[in-house]
Amino acid sequence: MKRIGEWLPALVVFVLVVGLWEALVRALHVHQFLLPKPSTIIRVFWTDRHTLWPAGWYTFKEALGGFAIGSGLGILAATLVGRFRTLGKALMPVFIAANAIPIIAFAPIFGAWFNPISPHSKMAVAGVLCFLPVMVNTLRGLQSAKPRQIELMRSYAANELEIWRRVRVPTALPFVFTALKVASVLAMIGAIVGEYFGGALNALGVVINNAADVFQFDVAWAGILVASLLGIALYGAVVAAERIVLRWSPS
Amino acid sequence: MSSAAAIPAVVRLEHVTKTFPRGNVTALQDIDLELAPGEFVSLIGPSGCGKSTLLRVIGDLVEPSGGVISVNGKSARQAREDGDYGIVFQEAVLFDWRTVARNIALPLEMLGWDRDRRRARVREMLELVELSGFGDHHPWQLSGGMQQRVAIARALAFEPALLLMDEPFGALDEMTRERLNLELLSIWEKTGNTVVFVTHSISEAVFLSTRVVVMSPRPGRVAGIVEIDLPTPRTAETRDSPMFFALVTRVRELLRSRGEHLLPEEEELLEADR
Repeated sequence: MKRIGEWLPALVVFVLVVGLWEALVRALHVHQFLLPKPSTIIRVFWTDRHTLWPAGWYTFKEALGGFAIGSGLGILAATLVGRFRTLGKALMPVFIAANAIPIIAFAPIFGAWFNPISPHSKMAVAGVLCFLPVMVNTLRGLQSAKPRQIELMRSYAANELEIWRRVRVPTALPFVFTALKVASVLAMIGAIVGEYFGGALNALGVVINNAADVFQFDVAWAGILVASLLGIALYGAVVAAERIVLRWSPS
Repeated sequence: MSSAAAIPAVVRLEHVTKTFPRGNVTALQDIDLELAPGEFVSLIGPSGCGKSTLLRVIGDLVEPSGGVISVNGKSARQAREDGDYGIVFQEAVLFDWRTVARNIALPLEMLGWDRDRRRARVREMLELVELSGFGDHHPWQLSGGMQQRVAIARALAFEPALLLMDEPFGALDEMTRERLNLELLSIWEKTGNTVVFVTHSISEAVFLSTRVVVMSPRPGRVAGIVEIDLPTPRTAETRDSPMFFALVTRVRELLRSRGEHLLPEEEELLEADR
């Protein structure tokens, strides 16, 4: 019951905004290529389901692949850098500099490296986007065990491996999940933007792009709705996993 | 305390010195100290006198620059590897992802005890620190005093001969601290551990100890040792006895004898305990 009470204000705001949108577009006769009515978007979401939904699923798989590869490599890199300090000294400045590069600018290059029609170039974009936030956050988590905790473990004659297993990794997990939540959003962005530079005809980014090119903005908006729902689903899956893994957490 | 040479010391320090190269600080200079089995020895002194460093040197968590240390007749290193001491810090240092019971079981897991044996011991320890029924709680669900009792239970779970305590009640309020002082004494009477207890509080040191080692700073060294011959068992009334006051005054005078070197906050420390 309390849960519903917590969600209610947000739900009310959402309904109000959508209602206002619908009313204003009708009242002011806004051209539909500028902003279609929510009711139109939802209708197209349903009538075009045979193209939009499979396209969404296709792109979702790309995002998921990129998310898994990028996050996996991010966690692996953080583990290595955290374990071998000289490696960290050599690599960290490079990673931090790389973090400042607008990686999405590489999307056309990935198209050239991989087959531009294949999903791999999109996975690469999504993966590269996911890598750095996961790597940086995981590393910070691995390094945030308190000195007293390490001292306590040393008093038990614990070796480095045991300190990792029993202190550093559990301490890092909340940081990892924070990063995975960010990465889940970035993965969908990476996959769709990757498709804007070319991709299979049945990919969501291509469908949105092509619809916009021929002024079918209702279709483009319906595609955005599909992308949003899938993005929320991926984010929600990470939150659910976090709840299970971090059962002990006070929040 | 017994001074019979025949009883082997639990802790023996000979000419122990520790200098930190950074800033060229002499944290400990030529410390000689011997602890007989079952002694409760407090280390007291102002900040910078090296009392926490000394505790860590005994626990082989800090390497000395010179001198000889033996714990249970072995090198400090060997004693640490054999699990000869348990340690309690100012913060409880409990792991949030483990329940209270599993926090206490941590050292037992590392020693390779099987599950049944661990469970039985954890139950015993929870009883000892009067936390039966809290085994399934998580640390953040407990008050500061309860958390510190869990830390004590964890330190004693594997029955080490020596208990090292680094200002274990320093972060607690006065009432909780006095209650835990009494509890610690009753635990000590039951277990018969040798205790090294670092504190900032003169009254706490006098109330708990069989001996109080007064240390002075820059460089850290032993300024004097006060034998505490208060009758046992000690109770809340002990703190009101004239003998208790006399001993508190003795310790304070020893701390004072270095008064010309005291910093303002150290003066405050002495005043606060009056």
